[in-house]
Amino acid sequence: MQADLNVILPEIVISVYAMAALLFTAYTGKDKMAGMLVWLTAALFAVMALWIGASGGGTRTAFDGMFNDDGFARFAKVTILLSAGAVLVLGQDYMARRNILRFEYPLLVALATVGMMVMVSAGDLMALYMGLELQSLALYVVASLRRDSAKSTEAGLKYFVLGALSSGLLLYGASLTYGYAGTTLFSGIIAAADGQAPIGLLLGLVFVLAGLAFKISAVPFHMWTPDVYEGAPTPITAFFATAPKVAAMALVARVVHDAFGDVVGDWQQVLAVLSLLSMFLGGIAAIGQTDIKRLMAYSSIAHMGYALMGLAAGTVFGVQAMLIYMAIYVTMNVGTFAFILSMERDGQPVTDIRALNMYSKAQPGRALAMLILLFSLAGVPPLLGFFGKLYVLRAAYEGGLAWLAVAGVIASVIGAFYYLRIVFYMYFGEEGEGLETGRAPVQWAFLMVSAAVMLLGIVNMFGVETMAQAAAATLVN
Amino acid sequence: MTIAAMSFYLFAVALLTGGLFTVISRNPVHSVLWLILSFISAAGLFVLLGAEFVAMLLIIVYVGAVAVLFLFVVMMLDVDFAELKAEMAKYMPLALLIGVILLMQFGLAFGNWTMADGAEAARRSVTPEGVENTAALGMLLYDKYFILFQLAGLILLVAMIGAIVLTLRHRTDVKRQDVLAQMYRDPAKAMELKDVKPGQGL
Repeated sequence: MQADLNVILPEIVISVYAMAALLFTAYTGKDKMAGMLVWLTAALFAVMALWIGASGGGTRTAFDGMFNDDGFARFAKVTILLSAGAVLVLGQDYMARRNILRFEYPLLVALATVGMMVMVSAGDLMALYMGLELQSLALYVVASLRRDSAKSTEAGLKYFVLGALSSGLLLYGASLTYGYAGTTLFSGIIAAADGQAPIGLLLGLVFVLAGLAFKISAVPFHMWTPDVYEGAPTPITAFFATAPKVAAMALVARVVHDAFGDVVGDWQQVLAVLSLLSMFLGGIAAIGQTDIKRLMAYSSIAHMGYALMGLAAGTVFGVQAMLIYMAIYVTMNVGTFAFILSMERDGQPVTDIRALNMYSKAQPGRALAMLILLFSLAGVPPLLGFFGKLYVLRAAYEGGLAWLAVAGVIASVIGAFYYLRIVFYMYFGEEGEGLETGRAPVQWAFLMVSAAVMLLGIVNMFGVETMAQAAAATLVN
Repeated sequence: MTIAAMSFYLFAVALLTGGLFTVISRNPVHSVLWLILSFISAAGLFVLLGAEFVAMLLIIVYVGAVAVLFLFVVMMLDVDFAELKAEMAKYMPLALLIGVILLMQFGLAFGNWTMADGAEAARRSVTPEGVENTAALGMLLYDKYFILFQLAGLILLVAMIGAIVLTLRHRTDVKRQDVLAQMYRDPAKAMELKDVKPGQGL
């Protein structure tokens, strides 16, 4: 038991912190402490990320294989913790000024993060479900944090109902899988399958993948995404677009490789179709949108399509490509949301992209940083976003999915339109009312750092490439 | 037919009838009552299986708490179920179509259902010799599935925080009772004796 507990020590530390902070704050300052709590939580996340990142190689399992601590889990955990911490800090000023900075917010995010860490480490269908629910339930709550706004409550409710439906699908798939294999352990399932997928396992696999596709908002399970992104307060939208996506994507990778790694052909087609639909719908449906939060929702759908493309390859290189893609995606999104959070006029947040008319004149520095980020999101060559796409396209091509790679290139050309339209507004639009300059230095800093990463990362990706390679090698064997 | 077999059929029929009427009865209060019947029948089936702890749990938690809460909610809330049902009827054809397709797929799956070689043996959960099944369940929950149990606890904690975050409002316009202030009042400050002279007001 002692050894088992050592393996999940980071999760224990964060949960205990969340509970202790909850009690302490409830009895003392309540919402007055919220600002401090946000920074404290973010600092804890950073420390945990360092600890997990530095804890070195080796694969450990705990609780009879229900919980894995391997290179893959550590890579995903570090990405999750860093992005969650960054988003917390980013949104603090925004939420405080709109009076929605409740002290429960950072703690719910901390608990959601524990859920995500369990998800990426899960070695059992039950552990998977527990992690997923812990994460989702906390997300439903924070989505409707601005409870006096009809849109925010609608977002929370919609997310909740569809999330419950997806959990139902997932559980049904899990029970079918259990019915066939007689065990819920991933190692047991892969042993029971023995290289072939009879009907029970196949149905289970499809249902589990459908349930997980809801969480990564892959088409055709994406319906909730634009509404939830638009309705939730912007810092929370930023959170939705980053850490939970990494966790769910890593979870898909873990399920398909750990539990169904012997039947690559069977899930490859499912993932390839999800990927194809997501890329095209994310690119085409965003064209008519003028709300930047809805745009980011469609953008995240398209990006999930690309990440799934890497996974669909079914190879070690595919997993590596997916991890690199997700790391880059998260960095870009943190920067982009730092910019969106600073968009305001008369103290009110503005989300209409037409408000960005001639933004470059008023704020050349910010406009340039945003330009770099948007080009990177679109995948324009010299920037880091392009290399992310290059990796997944190569993985798909080498994995024998050349048609998917070709489709990916076409979809990225279509998708480039709406990113470039924002750039057009910023640089060549008509003179409009203009926006105020954002006040929070933190947002400025994140925007600039993120844009700088997009430029400088092309040299050696800050070593992420080799780390992702090592991580992928521990998952696929 | 043995008594066990007879009671199995009795409970099973009651369970199915209860479930059916929960869905189709017009009065929502009746629905909840039918639901309670199916819970109790399910508990009976569990007893027949030798899982008395789960049976008692079903009665205490589901019948005792959940169903009664349902009953209160249904009675207290002014929900027009007829209207809701009319809304549902609009989507009925599509729902039926999807339902039928799903059913056919499951039929197909059931038709050539196979199981892995060791599946049945792995699934069988035998209560250890000389241990009661409540104790055996406890061993599983607190030992083998310890982490899942704790995670479930965290999920419930999140649910509780969520309910408070989303619904609790500290109203400032109501007077609250301050017990300590009441206890530490002393008569000298709380009362003032005035000597009112006859024929004069204050």
